[in-house]
Amino acid sequence: MKLLYFAWVRQRIGIAEEEVTPPANVATLGDLVEWLKGRGPGYAAAFANPGVIKAAVNQEFSRPDRRLSPGDEIALFPPMTGG
Amino acid sequence: MIRVQAEDFDVGDEIDRLTSGRTHIGGIATFLGLVRDMAKGRPVTAMTLEHFPGMTEKELAKIEVEAQERWPLDATLIIHRYGRLAPGDRIVFVAAASAHREAAFEACMFLVDYLKTRAPFWKLEEGAAGAEWVEARESDDLARARWEADSSLAKRVRPA
Repeated sequence: MKLLYFAWVRQRIGIAEEEVTPPANVATLGDLVEWLKGRGPGYAAAFANPGVIKAAVNQEFSRPDRRLSPGDEIALFPPMTGG
Repeated sequence: MIRVQAEDFDVGDEIDRLTSGRTHIGGIATFLGLVRDMAKGRPVTAMTLEHFPGMTEKELAKIEVEAQERWPLDATLIIHRYGRLAPGDRIVFVAAASAHREAAFEACMFLVDYLKTRAPFWKLEEGAAGAEWVEARESDDLARARWEADSSLAKRVRPA
């Protein structure tokens, strides 16, 4: 699946996007964030407080219990501050 | 209409374009957002707006449709800029046109309240101490929730 990172999530991880193949036990968006946390210090810093992270699956806002498919595009980002 | 762009825009030209040939419009309420030179008591020298191309336009379009469902609007316009801006620069322009002022005022405020919390934009402010991401404000969530909790404003201007 394709992952996109924005704002300070992108900065802490150090890349804007990547292709990943998580293990089979990563079924939901919440699982994915937990799995990402273990991938390195940048990821751990980005997702230290998963409760503040917003997510979109295929450009639709999604909650942590959202189930994922291999072809999904998942964006992870902080709360929005536009306007 | 939705426009997400790096370029600046001219408010007068935008309003003219919105109303051109639509003489049933009786009033237009607009909001123009600018880059402030202060944040939390500290000077801001520049602001960079990052966004999620594709999703930004989709979310703004959804917000526009929702406003058009709630109020009798003749035209709406949302322009949002991205990229690096300086204090005083225009960031966002929202316009709602209707036969009467109530729908225009309320829809304009609704559009601004919604885009602040639903459009995927993030602000990075630069100052003497470096760059800092702007934190989301609880008051913005409350401003949006107000429209969800009480739709009496919308009902008031909707034709029976």
